[in-house]
Amino acid sequence: MAKNKNAGHKGSYGYQKLKEREPRACIRFKCALTNTILDILRQRPGWIEVKEEGEWDFYWCDVSWLRENFDHTYMDEHVRICHFRNHYELTRKNYIVKNLKRFRKQIEREAGKLEARKCDFFPKTFEMPSEYHLFVEEFRKNPGITWIMKPVARSQGRGIFLFRKLKDVIDWRKDGVRTDDQKDETQVENYVAQCYIENPYLIGGRKFDLRVYVLVMSYIPLKAWLYRDGFARFSNTRFTLSSIDDHYVHLTNVAVQKTAPDYDPEKGCKWMIQRFRQYMTAKHGAEVVETLFAEMDNIFIKSLQSVQKVIISDKHCFELYGYDILIDQDLKPWLLEVNASPSLTASSQEDYELKCCLLKDTLHIVDMEGRLTGKEKRIGGFDLMWNDGPVSRAEGNVDTPVNGSFMANTHLGYNNDRKKQLKQLFKPLHTQQKV
Amino acid sequence: MMLEPDTGLSLAIAQIVQRLKGSSLHSQLERQARGSLHKPEIKLESLKEDIKEFLKTSGWEKRLQNAVYSELNVFPSPCHPAAPPEHMKEPLVYMRKAQGSWEKRILKSLNSMCTELSVPLARKRPIGEQKELLNKWNEMGTDEPDLSLFRPVYAPKDFLEVLMNLRNPNYENGDQPSLKNHLGLIQVPLKVKDIPELRDYFSELGLNTGQLGIDDSTQVPPELFENEHVRVGQTVLTEQDSAAAQQYVRQGCPTALRAELWALILNISNQPEDILYYEQLKSNVIQHDLLVDSLIYKDVKLTASNDDYYFVFEDYLYQVLLCFSRDTSVLEHFSYNSATPPKSYIRGKLGVEEYAVFYPPNGVIPFHGFSMYVAPLCFLYHEPSKLYQIFREMYVRFFFRLHSISSHPSGIVSLCLLFETLLQTHLPQLFYHLREIGAQPLRISFKWMVRAFSGYLATDQLLLLWDRILGYNSLEILAVLAAAVFAFRAVNLMEVTSLAAAEAVLADLSTLKVMPLLQIFLFATVT
Repeated sequence: MAKNKNAGHKGSYGYQKLKEREPRACIRFKCALTNTILDILRQRPGWIEVKEEGEWDFYWCDVSWLRENFDHTYMDEHVRICHFRNHYELTRKNYIVKNLKRFRKQIEREAGKLEARKCDFFPKTFEMPSEYHLFVEEFRKNPGITWIMKPVARSQGRGIFLFRKLKDVIDWRKDGVRTDDQKDETQVENYVAQCYIENPYLIGGRKFDLRVYVLVMSYIPLKAWLYRDGFARFSNTRFTLSSIDDHYVHLTNVAVQKTAPDYDPEKGCKWMIQRFRQYMTAKHGAEVVETLFAEMDNIFIKSLQSVQKVIISDKHCFELYGYDILIDQDLKPWLLEVNASPSLTASSQEDYELKCCLLKDTLHIVDMEGRLTGKEKRIGGFDLMWNDGPVSRAEGNVDTPVNGSFMANTHLGYNNDRKKQLKQLFKPLHTQQKV
Repeated sequence: MMLEPDTGLSLAIAQIVQRLKGSSLHSQLERQARGSLHKPEIKLESLKEDIKEFLKTSGWEKRLQNAVYSELNVFPSPCHPAAPPEHMKEPLVYMRKAQGSWEKRILKSLNSMCTELSVPLARKRPIGEQKELLNKWNEMGTDEPDLSLFRPVYAPKDFLEVLMNLRNPNYENGDQPSLKNHLGLIQVPLKVKDIPELRDYFSELGLNTGQLGIDDSTQVPPELFENEHVRVGQTVLTEQDSAAAQQYVRQGCPTALRAELWALILNISNQPEDILYYEQLKSNVIQHDLLVDSLIYKDVKLTASNDDYYFVFEDYLYQVLLCFSRDTSVLEHFSYNSATPPKSYIRGKLGVEEYAVFYPPNGVIPFHGFSMYVAPLCFLYHEPSKLYQIFREMYVRFFFRLHSISSHPSGIVSLCLLFETLLQTHLPQLFYHLREIGAQPLRISFKWMVRAFSGYLATDQLLLLWDRILGYNSLEILAVLAAAVFAFRAVNLMEVTSLAAAEAVLADLSTLKVMPLLQIFLFATVT
């Protein structure tokens, strides 16, 4: 049954009322993007693209569609869509700050100061203009450090600048003030002022950040998968604090790098995360690297837990997040940002393959075809990281620690032999599947 | 003429003693011995034994052992005392002559470039320029000098042409090609190992021995091999025994231990005097500009900077290679290298020996792809002077053999012949097919071997390969791997009908796993 508030809007109708886990003969999909995801959807056996007004079982939508239509679109049980209604609780810079602060307080109350420190992976951030005075207080306490001003909603590095003097902020604030008469249709933009990490870990004298992919299938209960592949994105120029006006040095987003004068598109600015992990192991030893990656696991879990209660956990929704992590010279990982729509455009052949496999495995987990039992801990390149509780690497589904030590079921930067794994995974299921 | 075993041994000992005399290790040992005289356990009556005992327990004997081992590895076994020094460089006359002509060609090319561009071979930098370079020392990659007019002095394929034309004048091939004739490009009769001999030589790579690169994959539980292997590696490092390390790395190095193990095998300890030496080389770079510097810049920009993984290390490459060009200690290796360093004369004094200098100071003229010898090492070593020393040692032990003409079993000529022989013997159909379509296999694999596969394999695989180069103190594994790659892609190669198509099939080696390929080719192929 379909109920639409807007007459002109086309929603989805449950065409065949099939039971949720029954395998479907054909899956109708819609896709708002024209890059890698469209290729993958088109190639998937049994999936058919529907035209503009057709009914669909699966929609890879963009967030603007979601914002406008989600609330008045009826979806059958089996229908899936690739965003959560209010994902911005995690992805907008001012909201994630609020949620993390609240979560941290909760942990401190329940488990003490030491546990709460595990939430200290987000650089000190203040919302502007509402927390301006708090920011000034913090600013005065730490004279000389660098801050970064970021717009909450824009991505790809636009609208960002660095500053060390309060004067720069005051000037900018004056420019930004609008009177009521001047307000127009476009929203007054919110910014955040964030402590800039001045001692990033450098490789070859260059700054880099890590892009990691986390797939969340539900928030209540929290079920999250971590992809083994990812990459390190390098700045094209050498890191130095003396040139804070140089956008290109400080922002490692590939989008900004592409406009830098010495950018050479033939020159890759990325390392696969396996290469990064090997480099760090060769330099610091396996134990140190294990700790670093375990701390990153902590970032993923805690950030998701902090928004667990606020995100509307609709069973139709899943979301593939792109986490941006910065490592500092003390080998502490920091969360820079979470992206609900990580770029799926490929910058090179290797990048294309990574994204193809990532998306294929995402669709395997969404499992429109109803092939999985729901008890799997690994699907392709994804490892089940959190299933309403930590997931262990040990064989089986019960979290019985081996020799008293718990090893998390995460393999970021490990070998991704997904083809082999998928073959083993789907073989027995094929024989059970009803035609 | 064969030496009597005893004379051979005493000659070897004499030569090693000669080389170690006057080395810094020698003076350190003397100092230690003298210092030990104050110790209570050193008694006058048994002075010699007590000092020996002291040196043993304090680890100095081990260091001496490592140094001797290093000398044995690097220098060839002594020939007859009456043999001229050229014999240590290269015993075969026709090879020496070929190397000599090749060098003349290179030098001519370098000189003509020099004249064309009116660039001096060397010049002193003005003070302003020196200061600027010093400031930019850690980011020389940001410099964008105009290098458009500079050309690499030669590329691997030019070198291959020379090797193809090598002939032993004493060897009559006969007019009729027979089955026994070699169908490949290399037409000199050097002895190369066959598969049974290779199986014996590389016995630690066998199917029943654990390997890193195979038995550390995610499917294999680490208790079966990996954990124990890592433990043994840590013990080897604690003992600081070069010979043990060399034996150990034949089964591969754990990532976390590799840097130290290689340093132990190469006997690099990064002493203060080594750091000082490097700093001196650095100041040479600052003070003088050499023509070869531009060649180095160009090479780095063309190769390493464009590599998906090595681009990050661009600055380190300049810091190593520019210093390398000025390092006169490298000249020592020419005593066992068939090559001879080019000589240049101070302006106006052509032919006058007192005004002769080696050019470049280290005698090594870089060619296209040279910087790729250094790039993989940047993964392991981050301190410039240590990185420098490791590279220098790798060069004077191994890499120089890849671009000089000699009869040495690890020389490029032997490697090419080994590759072609393996292929012709074990994949005759493939070899014949490729030859018929004008795609001689060596034309494709030559560049892999000259670069020791750097830039062709994924870095982790390359490091596993270089583990074995160090472990066996031989480059023969490069030829075996090249043949194994062809064997692996044989089915696709049988279907191609042109050299270009064959190149395409073998263009991308980045997904290959080196150890399984080698194991299958050596141990699992029916001979």
